[in-house]
Amino acid sequence: MSAQGAPAAQEDKAAQIPAAQEDKAAEIPAAQAGPVPPAKPLDARAVARDFPLLARSVHGKRIVYLDSAASSQRPCSVIDAMDSYYRTTHANVHRGVYEIAEEADRLYDAARVSAGRLVGSPSPRSEIVFTKNATEAMNLVVRSWGWKNLHAGDVVVLTEIEHHANLVPWLQLVEERGIRLRYLPVDLSTYELDISRLDEVLDGAKVLSCTLMSNVLGTIPPFQVIAGRAHEAGAVVIADGAQSVPHMPTDVQALGCDFLAFSAHKMLGPTGIGVLWGREALLEEMPPFMGGGGMILDVTLDGFVPAEIPRRFEAGTPPIAEAVGLLSAIEYLERLGMSEIWEHDQRLTSYALGTLQERFGDTIRIFGPTDEQSLDRRGAVISLALDGVHPHDLAQVLDQEAVCIRAGHHCAKPLMRRLGVGATARASFYCYNTEEDVDALAKALDEAVRLFR
Amino acid sequence: MNDIEDLYREIILDHYRSPRNRGELEVPPAIRVEGFNPLCGDEIVLYLIVEDGLVKDLKLSGQGCSISQSSASLMSAAVKGKTVGEVRKLVHDFKAMMSIHEAAIDGQAQAPTDFPGTGDLEAMGELAALQGVVKFPVRIKCATLSWNVLVQALDEAGAPG
Ligand SMILES: Cc1ncc(COP(=O)(O)O)c(C=O)c1O
Repeated sequence: MSAQGAPAAQEDKAAQIPAAQEDKAAEIPAAQAGPVPPAKPLDARAVARDFPLLARSVHGKRIVYLDSAASSQRPCSVIDAMDSYYRTTHANVHRGVYEIAEEADRLYDAARVSAGRLVGSPSPRSEIVFTKNATEAMNLVVRSWGWKNLHAGDVVVLTEIEHHANLVPWLQLVEERGIRLRYLPVDLSTYELDISRLDEVLDGAKVLSCTLMSNVLGTIPPFQVIAGRAHEAGAVVIADGAQSVPHMPTDVQALGCDFLAFSAHKMLGPTGIGVLWGREALLEEMPPFMGGGGMILDVTLDGFVPAEIPRRFEAGTPPIAEAVGLLSAIEYLERLGMSEIWEHDQRLTSYALGTLQERFGDTIRIFGPTDEQSLDRRGAVISLALDGVHPHDLAQVLDQEAVCIRAGHHCAKPLMRRLGVGATARASFYCYNTEEDVDALAKALDEAVRLFR
Repeated sequence: MNDIEDLYREIILDHYRSPRNRGELEVPPAIRVEGFNPLCGDEIVLYLIVEDGLVKDLKLSGQGCSISQSSASLMSAAVKGKTVGEVRKLVHDFKAMMSIHEAAIDGQAQAPTDFPGTGDLEAMGELAALQGVVKFPVRIKCATLSWNVLVQALDEAGAPG
C-alpha cells in the first residue's frame, strides 16, 4: 500500500504501512508520490512473475489465464498489502480516535484519492464513492439519481452492446416507474455502434448510459462524440468503465461523462469493492442509496439527516481491506503505466487476431472488429466461434490444456440474440499475458478441432 | 483414455453431429415443452405424443453444446416406442448415472454425489456413453436438461408411471 508497493513486491515489512505511521504530509502517499512515469514498453513476462497464481499448473500444465475480462489475477503486492493491513492495522473507519483506527481511516482515504486520480477526478474526496462492484455503482445511480429524476414516459438511451449491469437496473425502472428505453443499435458488419442513429435515439432523452468497452465484442464506442451529443440533447451521461478503466488511461473530464462505474477485481484488485465516480454537483443533489450507519449526520426517532457526499452513499462498514488492496492495485498499474498497458493490449490483440485468422481461416468467426485499422477502437477481448464446436465444448477442451477461457452469454443476452448465437467463447488478455499464451490458445483450439471434426 | 476423451466419446459426437428425431410435431396432438440451461444458453424443445401408455412419437429442436444435444438425441432414440413406465424407469436410471441424489431426482436440485452413479448401466445401452460427464460437474446440467424436459412433458400428458 506504499507508493513503492509495486510492481516488484517489496520485501521491507516496515515500508508496508508508511502512510499510517508518518506525519500529516504522508497522509495521501500515492497522491503525493504521484505515478512513477514509466519509460519503457511493458514486459509482460516480467509482469507475470509478480502474479503467484500464474505460477501454478493445472492438469499438469502451465496455466494460461485468458479470462481477465471476467476477473483479473492480482500481484503479490496487492495480496501483501491486504494481508499486512489485516495483520497490523485493521479497525473500523470513520469513528475511531485510537491510532490504528486513524491509520485505517488514512488508508481508506488514500484509496479514494488514488481511485480519483486514476480517472481524472478533480475532487476525489467528494466524487469517489466506494461500492461493492461496478454493478452496485450502476444500481446506485439508477436507484438514487434515477429514482429522484426519472418519471413515467422519460426516455433513457442505452446501446445494444450493454452488459446486464447497465440494462437490468433500467428495466427495473421501466417496471416500477414506466420510463422508456431506446437503444443505439450495433452494426453487425463492423461490430461498432451505429452512430448515424444517435440524434434520433437521443431526441428528448433524459439519460444516456453506455459502455466504454464491450465485454463481448471488445468494441470501444466513440464515447466523446456520444457524450457530447447526449449533453446537447440535455441528457445526463453515464459510462460503464468496467472493461476500459483497467486497460487504458481514463479521464472523466475528457470523456465528458457525468458518472463512471468500475470494479477493482478486473484491475488487479480484490473482489468486493467497486467505484462510482460522479460529478460533485450531481452527487450533492442525490438522496442516499441505502440507509444505515455511516451515511447519516443525525438520526432521531422521527427522521434522519444524511451525511455529506461521498459518505452519504456508503452505508454500513465499507470494504476497508479491499480499499487497501485497490490502492495497491492502482499503484501497481500506474507503475506499469496505463498507456503502456493499453499499448501492450493492442499489440497482443493484433497478434492474436492475426494468429487465429491465419490458422483457422473461414472456420473461425470473430465477433468484433478485426481489421488493423480498428485496433484503437477495440480492447483485448476476443469472442469467437469455431465451426462444429460449441463454445462450451471449446472451453472444456481448452481447460484440459490449462487454457482458461470463458464460454457463455457474458451477461449480454440481448447482444447474443442480435449476434444470433446462444453463447460465444471468449479469450481476454491483460498486462501479464504474452504471445506464448496466444500460441497456447491457438494450439488448444487446434486440439478441439481435432477432437470434434 | 483421458477425461476429455471419456467425455466426448464417439457415440456422443455422432449424436451431436447427426442428431436423431430432429424436428417438430403438430400441437396438438403433441405436447410442446421447452427447457433452458440459463448458465450455458442450452435450449431444448420437445414435442411428445403419448398414446395408450406408449411414447408414440417425439421430436426435438433447440441448440446447445454437444453434451446437451447428444443427450437429447440419445434420449429420443431410447424412449421412442417404450411404455411410460419403462421411460420413467430409464429417467431414474439416467439421473442415477449422473450421480443425482435419489431425493433430488424428481425435483430441481441436481447435486452430484462423491461416488459415481449406481444406475442400471446394462439397461442404458448407448446412453451409458454419457457416463464421462459425471467427472465434469458443471456439465451434468447440460446432460440432464432434455431429461427434465421429458419428465415435464410426461407429467403434462398426464402419463403416470
Ligand atoms: C462491461 C461490464 N459492465 C459491468 C460489469 C459488472 O462488473 P461487476 O460484476 O464487477 O459488478 C462487467 C463485468 O462483468 C462488464 O464487463
